[in-house]
Amino acid sequence: MPELNLTSAPAHLRHGSNIGQPLTRRDGVLKVTGQATYAADNHPPGMLFAVMAVAGISRGRVVSLDVAAAKRHRGVVDVMTPDHKPELAIDPEIKTNPFVFRMEVLQSHEVRYANQPIAVVIAETLEAATEGAALLAPRYETLPALVGLDAGESFVPPVVGVGNPSEHHHGDVDAGLASAEKQIDAIYETPPQYHNAMEPHAIVAAWDGDRLQIDMPTQGLRLSLARIAELFGIAHDKIHIRSPFLGGGFGSKGFLAGPQTLGIMAAKLVGKPVKLVLRREQMYGPVGHRAPTRQRLRIGADGEGRLTALDHHARTVSSTFDDFYEPAADASHTLYAAPAIRTSHDAVRVNTGTPLFMRAPGEATGSIALESAIDEMAWACGMDPLAFRLKNYAEREPISGKPFSSKALRACYEQGAARFGWAKRSLQPRQMRDDAGLLVGWGMGTATFPALMFQAEARAVLRRDGSGAMEIGAHDMGQGAWTALAQIAADELGLDIDRVAFNAGSSDLPDAGIAGGSAHTATAGAAIHSAGAAVIAKLADLATGDDRSPLFGAGNAGVIARAGRLIRRDDESRSESYPEILARAGVTEVEARGTGAPNPAAMEEYAMHAHGAVFAEVKVDPELGQVRVSRMVGAFAAGRIVNPRMVQSQLFGGMIWGLSFALHEEAVTDRRSGRIMNANLGEYHVPVNADVPPLDVITVEEHDPHVNALGIKGVGEIGITGSAGAVANAVWHATGVRVRRFPIKIEELLTQR
Amino acid sequence: MKPFDYVRPATVTEAVAAGAHPGAVYLAAGTNLLDLMKGNISRPDRLVDVTHLEGLDGIERLADGSLRIGALVSNADLAHDAGFARSYPAVAEALLSGASAQLRNAATVGGNLLQRTRCAYFYDTASRCNKRDAGSGCDARDGENRGHAVLGWSENCIATHPSDFCVPLVALDAIVEIEGSNGRREIALEALHRLPGDAPERESALEPGDLIVAVRLPPVASGFAAHARYLKVRERTSYAFAMVSAAAALRIESGKIAEARLALGGVAAKPWRARAAEDVLKGVAPTADAFQEAAWRALTDAKPSGDNAFKIELARRIVVRALTLATAVTPARLPALPASPFASTSGAIHA
Repeated sequence: MPELNLTSAPAHLRHGSNIGQPLTRRDGVLKVTGQATYAADNHPPGMLFAVMAVAGISRGRVVSLDVAAAKRHRGVVDVMTPDHKPELAIDPEIKTNPFVFRMEVLQSHEVRYANQPIAVVIAETLEAATEGAALLAPRYETLPALVGLDAGESFVPPVVGVGNPSEHHHGDVDAGLASAEKQIDAIYETPPQYHNAMEPHAIVAAWDGDRLQIDMPTQGLRLSLARIAELFGIAHDKIHIRSPFLGGGFGSKGFLAGPQTLGIMAAKLVGKPVKLVLRREQMYGPVGHRAPTRQRLRIGADGEGRLTALDHHARTVSSTFDDFYEPAADASHTLYAAPAIRTSHDAVRVNTGTPLFMRAPGEATGSIALESAIDEMAWACGMDPLAFRLKNYAEREPISGKPFSSKALRACYEQGAARFGWAKRSLQPRQMRDDAGLLVGWGMGTATFPALMFQAEARAVLRRDGSGAMEIGAHDMGQGAWTALAQIAADELGLDIDRVAFNAGSSDLPDAGIAGGSAHTATAGAAIHSAGAAVIAKLADLATGDDRSPLFGAGNAGVIARAGRLIRRDDESRSESYPEILARAGVTEVEARGTGAPNPAAMEEYAMHAHGAVFAEVKVDPELGQVRVSRMVGAFAAGRIVNPRMVQSQLFGGMIWGLSFALHEEAVTDRRSGRIMNANLGEYHVPVNADVPPLDVITVEEHDPHVNALGIKGVGEIGITGSAGAVANAVWHATGVRVRRFPIKIEELLTQR
Repeated sequence: MKPFDYVRPATVTEAVAAGAHPGAVYLAAGTNLLDLMKGNISRPDRLVDVTHLEGLDGIERLADGSLRIGALVSNADLAHDAGFARSYPAVAEALLSGASAQLRNAATVGGNLLQRTRCAYFYDTASRCNKRDAGSGCDARDGENRGHAVLGWSENCIATHPSDFCVPLVALDAIVEIEGSNGRREIALEALHRLPGDAPERESALEPGDLIVAVRLPPVASGFAAHARYLKVRERTSYAFAMVSAAAALRIESGKIAEARLALGGVAAKPWRARAAEDVLKGVAPTADAFQEAAWRALTDAKPSGDNAFKIELARRIVVRALTLATAVTPARLPALPASPFASTSGAIHA
């Protein structure tokens, strides 16, 4: 992999490089010219190609594989099976920590879900390996598959999501419902969905003795490294993972899964570098997905439209062999000021790869149900949906009673509604038509996502030549980390961005934590902030303690780092450049480390969430039922905006995903076999350009002194929430037909003329 | 991928000889075939690449007023041929509503006719499919089949033919010119595709080695240019196969329908010509009532093959709408969203 050649627009074309400036992405030129090296672009000398054979059934066992036929095929080097594989250092079924999920790496002949890897063919060419896999012609002992939300006895999982209690109570829900003047009781269903990152999961693994070199897209470099170390019984410092670019992750590249592990095993088996890339359809199984849900919402309101109770129950599924439970009902914890709230979950086990984190896990599924239900409740109360939401605006977090660290949702409602023109909406559905006679509907939804923080470390350096460096094993999944984090680094080091060598995407750099939970900019940013402050402090010590420096004695007053100089805070005429300070001190560079982590005291005191309001217009053909979104406005308050351009893109992406959730995405699962029948981008529909209307994003100013030192809340996932419900509610407003099963299909809208 | 021979014949005669071998298939743009090969649905021994054959990429007006389209003309070139789009607007609209711009640039006229069904069970080699593996059974019949056939299906196969292009072509009585081992022959496009019956693996009237060299539109086909539309309902605005589509073409004289042509797509294993509907429209005024009657006639024999009863009602509504659109004058320019119910929406910039 060549040295990254990141660029940014010349300084005269931009307004500095500081936080808040809309820099274009510094890896953009590399990407559009094909020079960005993704994992599968690596071809170490002698590399072989590995191709997985995957299960055609979803429950049972493999009774035979025609290994001989595969091996006879020209170019095939070896076939890795449960009977012929390198041993692992530990049983991969052992969950060594809560972020370890079970994987299928040829430890037995059992089949637990369709598309589970059952063998790996290693060959000199991709074509030979592919044909070798086809020649294995597996035979199975097949058991009846467990499929769908009613596959078996349900149970209450011990926790949902990441360790959340599966039930929450606040106030007396039954009394609240009993006293309500208006009530709704509705059931919503959401389908299984798959991440479908543009870049498939890929690994190039090369062993050199007991050292292991890996190219692999990952959202969690150090987490993956630790898992590899434990699976293969080697020390952390023997492993190097490079992951400079990801073609999307969306949660599916958060944890080391079976296929990547198989790539490393294959390289060990044949003693040569091996590349293993998933085929698109193989991404529908071993690398996680969003579980289906069935959610029942019971809501009560008094005569004035004030909520009296909110009861949100979610049924979901997990795999037969591991536990992850989509925390859909938890979406009702934070938004609406019901005096009584109950959220609960139950689940059934089905023959599926374990569902995992997918962009806004729980929040997305829960949001479309909650926002639909709130819309139904507003209608039941005869109220405008925005007025109803404002009536039930939560000044404190409803489930906990905590104050919010900041909450500019009211401004989001106001600014979004004004931009959209919401005030002209008819209360009654099916009232609006366009010139062509198409039904027009307006819907809205509230967006919310927790402001999370993980732990990270960064290393900062200032050099005598006036340059600086910031090192952190951060991950650019396409969201713009190469740019936004470098902006933070430049600010913290008091240098122009082009004077800072920003290094990321490699496991030999300080741990940046996982790029997930919309927390990467906040987490890595906090570490960069503290490393920058620490190195500036060291530099300041050199200056303020030296009587030859104009900054001598400024210790108490302090200094500011700006444009490569330290400046006395109380007297800007007194300053000195970094090279001058370092040269006089006789050192070539100073370095320091810093960490970022959540603040438990603040978390105890405050509820921390980003918020937003999304407004959507849809058009529906009154006779034919086809739906098209024609306009969307989203107003979001997410604390400090590091790079408005990147943030806008993230929010656009989230809103499009929400549109997709409401109208398009569904993994069609055969009710008998449990196989996904549309495991390809032709038939698993996501919006194409023609489906995406003009989008309008407003970032509402919000200052949050509590979430973290930089006041960043994160924007990676919030765009989906609110948006999906807004589109669904707009379809109701256009047609008068309330569809509660997503995605909304044509046949649901053929009921009326 | 299974190893295969690749041959590139210099002449049509050589191609037919090479294509007649067992296990041989013709390769044109490969927009469908290569996917089938990558997925192990199709495992040919020999690819006969016809893309370099001369004389198959022209669009020519013949002396009798018919139009001859070479089998290797790309979907995009045909749709964007101004003269073609003017004379056969519904065909151009259908072409532009199919696939994506990139695929249309590659895909050929002949290949479009012979594209395989998009039935998920046909593509999923772990499922049983009588079309892919004769006699193995049909897992679609009791499976996820809301998109499947409502006309002309059998217990052995409920797949549909996915082509948009073929729908207006069959309405306009297109003729297929075929070069085979016994020389040249021609058949009506309507007779090219077979209904499944008890042999769904036999999809067309072609014999081994048969090569489609051209599609011909008869002289009368351009007589519908003033009132011809294609309408396609699908699950996203572009790059999706039809749930149901219809091509409607009318000759209106003195306020009455002198002649009507109607065909449906996405409903059967072949583009479905609705002659009974055409008959009731002949000689009547183009009214909503007449169109409703035509719609009922078009779907008289329809029956659900699974969770797809809605497609019958949808097809009736599409017929009415397509006839209504056709009655209005064909737009001078193809809409930005061809064949879409949202075609009239302003501001759309995507084809």
